[in-house]
Amino acid sequence: MPQLIDRRLNPRDKSLGNRQRFLRRTREQIRQAVDKAVRERGIADASKGGSVTIPGKGIGEPHFNLSNSGGDRQRVFPGNKKFVSGDEIPRPEGGSGGGGGKDGSDSGAGEDAFTFALSESEFLDILFDDLELPDLVKATLKDEVSVEHRRAGYSNDGSTPNLNVLRTMRTSMSRRLALRRPSQSEIAALEEELQELRKGPFDVDTLNREVELFLEIERRKRIQRTIPFIDPIDVRYNRFEPKPVPRAKAAMFCLMDVSASMGEREKDLAKRFFILLHLFLKRKYDRVEIIFIRHTHEASEVDEETFFRGRETGGTVVSSALKKMVEVQVKRYPTADWNIYCAQVSDGDNSGGDTVQCVQLLQDAILPLTQYYAYIEIGEPTREEGASYFAYAKDLWRGYAEMAKQQANFAMRHVRDRGDVYPVFRQLFSKSRKEGATT
Amino acid sequence: MNLADVVEAKEASEGLLFEGPEWDFPTMQRAYDAVEKIALQDLGLNVFPNQIEVISAEQMLDAYSSVGMPLMYSHWSYGKRFVRDEMLYRKGYQALAYEIVINSSPCISYYMEENTMPMQTLVLAHAAFGHNHFFKNNYLFQHWTDPSGILDYLDFAKHYVADCEERHGHEEVESILDAAHALMGQGVFRYRRAAKLNLAEYESRRRERLAQEARTFNDLWRTVPARTRTKEVTLTEAEAAERKRRLRLPEENLLYFLEKHSPILADWQRELLRIVRNTAQYFYPQRQTKLMNEGCATFVHYYIVNQLFDQGRISEGALLEILHSHSNVVYQVDFDDQRFSGLNPYALGFAMMQDIQRICVAPTDEDREWFPDLAGCLDWRGKLRDIWANYRDESFVRQFLSPHLIRKFKLFLLVDNEKEKAYRVGSIHNVEGYRKVRTALADSYDVGSGEPDIEVADVDILGNRELKLRHNVRQGVKLADGGREATLTHIRRLWGYDVKLEEVAVAPR
Repeated sequence: MPQLIDRRLNPRDKSLGNRQRFLRRTREQIRQAVDKAVRERGIADASKGGSVTIPGKGIGEPHFNLSNSGGDRQRVFPGNKKFVSGDEIPRPEGGSGGGGGKDGSDSGAGEDAFTFALSESEFLDILFDDLELPDLVKATLKDEVSVEHRRAGYSNDGSTPNLNVLRTMRTSMSRRLALRRPSQSEIAALEEELQELRKGPFDVDTLNREVELFLEIERRKRIQRTIPFIDPIDVRYNRFEPKPVPRAKAAMFCLMDVSASMGEREKDLAKRFFILLHLFLKRKYDRVEIIFIRHTHEASEVDEETFFRGRETGGTVVSSALKKMVEVQVKRYPTADWNIYCAQVSDGDNSGGDTVQCVQLLQDAILPLTQYYAYIEIGEPTREEGASYFAYAKDLWRGYAEMAKQQANFAMRHVRDRGDVYPVFRQLFSKSRKEGATT
Repeated sequence: MNLADVVEAKEASEGLLFEGPEWDFPTMQRAYDAVEKIALQDLGLNVFPNQIEVISAEQMLDAYSSVGMPLMYSHWSYGKRFVRDEMLYRKGYQALAYEIVINSSPCISYYMEENTMPMQTLVLAHAAFGHNHFFKNNYLFQHWTDPSGILDYLDFAKHYVADCEERHGHEEVESILDAAHALMGQGVFRYRRAAKLNLAEYESRRRERLAQEARTFNDLWRTVPARTRTKEVTLTEAEAAERKRRLRLPEENLLYFLEKHSPILADWQRELLRIVRNTAQYFYPQRQTKLMNEGCATFVHYYIVNQLFDQGRISEGALLEILHSHSNVVYQVDFDDQRFSGLNPYALGFAMMQDIQRICVAPTDEDREWFPDLAGCLDWRGKLRDIWANYRDESFVRQFLSPHLIRKFKLFLLVDNEKEKAYRVGSIHNVEGYRKVRTALADSYDVGSGEPDIEVADVDILGNRELKLRHNVRQGVKLADGGREATLTHIRRLWGYDVKLEEVAVAPR
């Protein structure tokens, strides 16, 4: 007899260990490939996994092989059509022998690029590899942690919703067994026997037996009444224990200038940055809320669609957005429960005199509350590489730059085109980031 | 009407095994029983008990990546294979096999869940009986492999490697395994037969050895001053010969030599080399019998499904589906076709098995001259079983490739000599050429001819410890540059001292 086994329901991912070993080994190449992929991808699928191509170098498995060319060799081929013994066939051009040229690599398997698919989580893992949420540690070490109730065994008292039926029935059964409480089926059997007797012929023996049975049934019923099926001492409840957990909630404020000077290009760059920030926060926190605040000369909280698509006209007063942010934060996101992150994107224009107010607001009100504040200034695409940005810098940049030197949780960078977004993001959040450095 | 006819008629009245493409386990069981009856009673096959497992595509990819074994130690190269195959499969470049069969007892074979019922019948006959019979009866497998112990051994290997990773770190283990994998081709005994090891007992022996070492450990030995060498030892020729004799040089199994004699490896590293070596040795017979193994399995499935059809157990539709994929498998493309990648072992193997059957039953005069033992003997079942048991690809072709088949495949011999300006057609499928073509083809099936013959030539353990390797160059075919230096680097890592490789021309075998 053969053994037929259905293996299809076996746990999946049997090769996971090998896969991870492979990814670890090629980590460097994969990271470069992933960085490249992010730079080239559209917004919608920035976070999706997908195929990456890495160079074959470093993953070859070398062996000793015999050369494809040279020497004196004989080979048998099928499908002769017109050859007769002694015919000559010219050698193919460009090689000293047969299919030469394919064995020229050091890896044995060839140095062709190696393409394979990464899952979404692998992709993100590598994307955010060695990036760190600034000051995350400080936040989790703070005293004010929230409390979560976790299951912790059983208890004899509690509230009805926490009743554990299985446990209760188990103790009840052991008590009933120990006290020899007659079961319902036992009594039913005796009663049936009594009925049978009553149907049968009437004589003294039967009568005696009937009386005997009747008394026995009554006795057992009495015991049943005195020993309850479920006694209060049987009842068990699920116990919950309060456990302190680090706060795992983050509020991410996206501040953007939407005055006329911010065109499609600037908004696209801003969006890319916000997407990265959001993906990143989502990996670190259970819950991330995003608050979109846009401003011209006045600020308003809007939904995502309006934030990126809506058009507004007006002046530019950056401090209005900062004020709005403080207002929302105080109302809805107390620092006891939330880690506050803020990213501000602007083209650097501000109305005269307002920058001083902004710096004041940041220093006094905002930076003490936030884990991290990033300011991204979008520069002109035409500026040549290498020129000191400060020479061209706008009002807001100059104002912030001064402050950035003193504030550890404030950082600023500028972005010129799509390719800049991810490197800038990396700089801002990399583990070895220089505090508040300017470029 | 004799008894056999009555039985046959009764069988015929049992009706179809299945209708339509859907399969389920009861149907598989029915089909298995019907196939088994023909395989054992008609063909007289002798098989290991079968364990038939249905798996999904992902599990098939898993099996691919671990060289077809149900369990294997962890290594990044298997992960690489997995991600590559998965990509190829997802993009539709590569279809997956219908089945995989493992040389173990019980004989485990995997079947894809996507197969239709006719395909399941085909692969049952092919793997569970064809390959299974070959594994159990062929002399190479009997001598070199231990089917009842292999799964236990792989289980041991898997845990041992995991244990080493735990103790010594992933990277340490990886560097040893990388180096050992590079030498897998030179990690088998070709001529000397290793003492047959009961792999199941192996683990307990190893434990005993460790326990013994722990018992007899004495820290005092560490404090005994080592003997200092005062003068440079110069060896006479006789002493060098003696030294070689003691090390049993030359040694063809590089992994074995490194495991036993490397001056720098720790015990666990030697054990890793041994695991890789044992695995390589286990697969060695498969490489020598690819043509016969596939030929045998294909012949068996072809015979069995035709019998099933004749008995009325499968419908015409099912037979057509089976024959469709059968003929895809045994198709031989011509040398000048774009798809050509060598002789198809399924095609040639199957054709040779059928040819032997033909010679036994209906020989021509030519066959009588070439195969006097086979021609007209009628007992083709017995002859084939005998051939499956006692030959490997090289000797099989040398003995049984008939002129009839050489003509059918239109085989011709191409000579490629670097001294000549052009390729030359040596022989073709005519009376003068049959023997030459056959000999050349048989030579090409000798695994020795396709792989470099590298051996440990000499080493001065007491001197500079330089390991001298020698590549015996036959017919002027040298080592390819690709991979040569990288492989030598791996050997240096295992040996710890310098390693030299020289290429020496030797006479053809």
